[in-house]
Amino acid sequence: MKIRHHLSDKLLMAYSAGALPEAFSLVVATHISLCDECRARLASYDAVGGAVLEDTPDVAMSSGSLAATMKLIRERAAADVGPSPRAPEPTALGMTETVLPAPVREYVGGDIDAVRWRPLGGGVRQAILPTAKDARVRLLHIPAGVAVPDHGHRGTELTQVLRGAFRDEHDRFGPGDIEIATEDTHHTPVAEPGEDCICLAATDAPLRFNALLPRIAQPFFRI
Amino acid sequence: MAQDADKDVQEMVAQILAVRDRRDEAAFAALFVHFAPRVKGFLMRSGASEALAEDCAQDVMATVWNKAHLFDPSRASVATWIFTIARNRRIDAIRKARRPEPEDLDWGPEPEPDQAEVMALQQDSARLVDALEKLPEKQRRLIERAYYGDLTHSEIAEETGLPLGTIKSRIRLALEKLRHAMS
Repeated sequence: MKIRHHLSDKLLMAYSAGALPEAFSLVVATHISLCDECRARLASYDAVGGAVLEDTPDVAMSSGSLAATMKLIRERAAADVGPSPRAPEPTALGMTETVLPAPVREYVGGDIDAVRWRPLGGGVRQAILPTAKDARVRLLHIPAGVAVPDHGHRGTELTQVLRGAFRDEHDRFGPGDIEIATEDTHHTPVAEPGEDCICLAATDAPLRFNALLPRIAQPFFRI
Repeated sequence: MAQDADKDVQEMVAQILAVRDRRDEAAFAALFVHFAPRVKGFLMRSGASEALAEDCAQDVMATVWNKAHLFDPSRASVATWIFTIARNRRIDAIRKARRPEPEDLDWGPEPEPDQAEVMALQQDSARLVDALEKLPEKQRRLIERAYYGDLTHSEIAEETGLPLGTIKSRIRLALEKLRHAMS
């Protein structure tokens, strides 16, 4: 997959520093799962973290801390019976390729078949993934050729394409691409004809309408 | 000075590989003496109490022992790898949040990393420590605050002023080789 739209340095550094809300971290981890260029850039930011750690002034450990740590290691070894219960990766088993990258599968509890979609109107469907509430993340399924109504953004919105493609007035976003939209971005994304578009989208915008208002009054991206 | 730093990072790689391959307790003790007090300081600067930082630092070092097989010297220095463990512990124990991680590349046949490439990456990492120390005070403080978890993502500045290009390119090449070996 040829990726043209990458993560920003700011997002990579924030993810490396551990400063992103969980919902944004999921989108960043998903992009990196698909993009070796950004995986390498992240590694360089992790190296900055390593340099900061190396330069951090020591605080003496308590006496006996090494012995306590060795004890912890032995206790864990005793408690750890057999291989980890985590299921093997489907790709590692030579099975067909998955639609959702591993970090998303962990939140969905499976691949695309396990997603619990909710209709949003116009054939568009969404599934909100459970994360901490400081930002929200959802999967979007947009039928081929269907437009997402014009929407402004509050705060930052990240849209990671997993399958298909969409276009707006500015550019095209295909599989693996990420769009980083800010408050100033006003656009009308349209899923390209041919294949339905599946995206992972996160926003740190507060809810704009009360959830009890009728659906017609809700902004398109109600989450 | 720079040569000493090079020697140090190479020695730490040798120590962690001794832990990985031979479960060498003396090598682990040397790493503990160097890193545990730094991890404790790191966590206290991130807002942990001394007692919590002590517990978490022991936990981080136990993870270093348990996950030594995941350390890849062609992709990270020992300090960088331990930083990622300490950071994750901070998110988990102090921020009580979950951190999604990218899909692992660790499965498949493990190619033995090229020694010259390992050495080059380790030297780049040592030079990065040097470069950080030489930054203007104000700029260095901002980077430290970001990594101590003291800045929100919107407060983090884009530009570090650090030479990250060579490390990135080297890791990019290592990933290409890994992809090639996996396919």
